Amino acid sequence: MRGVAIPKVCGIETEYGILVRGPVSDGIANPVTASSMLINAYLAAQRRIDWDFVHERPGSDARGFSVDDLLAPEVETQLVNAVLTNGARYYVDHAHPEISTPECLTAFDALVFDRAAEEIVQASMAAAARLLPEGAEILCHKNNSDGKGNSYGCHENYLVAREVPFPRIVAQITPHFVTRQVVVGAGKVGCELPGSSASDVPFQLSQRADFFEEEVGLETTLKRPIVNTRDEPHCDASKYRRLHVIVGDANMSETATLVKVGATALVLAMIEDDVLGDDLALANPVAAIRQVSHDPTLRRTILLRNGSRLTALQVQWRLFERAKAYAGSHGLEPVGEATGTQVLALWEQLLTGLERDPNSVAHQVDWVAKRRLVEGFAERHGAHPGDARLKALDLQYHDLRPGKCLARRVGLDVLVNPDDVRRATTEPPTTTRAYFRGRCLAKWPNDIVAANWDSMVFDVGRDPLRRVPMVEPLRGTAAAVASLIDQSDTPAELLARLGA
Amino acid sequence: MAERTQKQKPAPSRTDEAVEAAPAVAGSGDKLKAELDDLLDEIDEVLETNAEDFVKSYVQKGGQ
Repeated sequence: MRGVAIPKVCGIETEYGILVRGPVSDGIANPVTASSMLINAYLAAQRRIDWDFVHERPGSDARGFSVDDLLAPEVETQLVNAVLTNGARYYVDHAHPEISTPECLTAFDALVFDRAAEEIVQASMAAAARLLPEGAEILCHKNNSDGKGNSYGCHENYLVAREVPFPRIVAQITPHFVTRQVVVGAGKVGCELPGSSASDVPFQLSQRADFFEEEVGLETTLKRPIVNTRDEPHCDASKYRRLHVIVGDANMSETATLVKVGATALVLAMIEDDVLGDDLALANPVAAIRQVSHDPTLRRTILLRNGSRLTALQVQWRLFERAKAYAGSHGLEPVGEATGTQVLALWEQLLTGLERDPNSVAHQVDWVAKRRLVEGFAERHGAHPGDARLKALDLQYHDLRPGKCLARRVGLDVLVNPDDVRRATTEPPTTTRAYFRGRCLAKWPNDIVAANWDSMVFDVGRDPLRRVPMVEPLRGTAAAVASLIDQSDTPAELLARLGA
Repeated sequence: MAERTQKQKPAPSRTDEAVEAAPAVAGSGDKLKAELDDLLDEIDEVLETNAEDFVKSYVQKGGQ
């Protein structure tokens, strides 16, 4: 039976932790300035490569900054907001550097571009280091909290059919959001709930769970809700919704990123096809999300609205079993056959391992990998809860400096070919509109006045500027436009071919 | 010859994995512990030298 579920076009946006160390002025030490500098340093390094290839109009840049701006003291007033040739957006948000991956057709593609984003941040750190005084550096962490009550997000976005009633989405996705952290939590040393200490909660599953105070709402920075109601689809709003998910952790494990996005896409497809049902609804989601995070034994149960009690693992098993049945009855087209099959296999493997012995999935699950390090270190050095070295381990797990990153030393499974990651730092995905955006930016950087998620504005050399709307996320793919772009020497030619 | 072949890592196939899985459980604890020890040796070298100062200085502005 073919359902009504639409392709789960998706993406991941990550705010990175940023810290400046060494002999720098107060201006540079400011995280907003440092974030701007980090991004501008990357763009300038990229642009130099463009100049070498293009040899034209090197003095102007469609992205609107000049090398002279790199160290300007008042960068705060002109926050960087760039679109990259891989279709991603790289910008300063709330005093953090943030990368939004391009729109991806599958969770696997989202994983590839999430890893590419890490490499872009690493390249940015290296580029910024060349501009800073000797001994100074900008450090970036792919985490979600500083351990002192300040949190920053790793958000996911999913395309959902507008016709699906939003209350159904809220009711049915919430049990997944509360319990998926047993599989995809990034782990945290200590607790950031007011009044709690490291001896109360020495280790928890999630970076983010302490910061959720509401079941549903519009906020993202205060009173964060488990289900966010932002309704800004960046595409045809009469047909689509973009579910903006703020409840997740940034993952270092590739397996975790894939299962986080892939399982959520599957649950959303089931909700669209209305096969999931309401029986897993929780009595108190906000209390439950914290309780689950604070229980690495995975044994405590949470109360369902129907009065029964289940562990978070049991809720995940039920969601998995339904997803497996759904794959049989409806197929996996909305999430991609190959990716859907891989996600189901990994999801089952992780649940099985977590149930039997969490350490058996230390090569796949971030919180398990991190806890193993923390406990091993504590035992070897006699460190007790609250010891700064344990928190340092936690932070350094997410440290993006290649020589320092602990996550890259613990033997996490690698699912993506490193060459594909490298390519994805500059080339867009081929199966969404991001292809059109990325290819045009790469080919005509000086003729694009503005690039947004749902439109591009070209300067074709005569008034007026030409705006190309891109309201369909699955148009503008390589199959549709690659040869048109290849055949066109100028944007004017391209627009003529597009019939714009 | 047959013995030498057996010592080589078997090509990954469904049958081989099934055969390997049972005996691996007994030795896996020791192997994991050895791995962890090696890892902790490495970490002693790369961990920030003044962990307390590093953790103290790690202050972020709240974001989304």
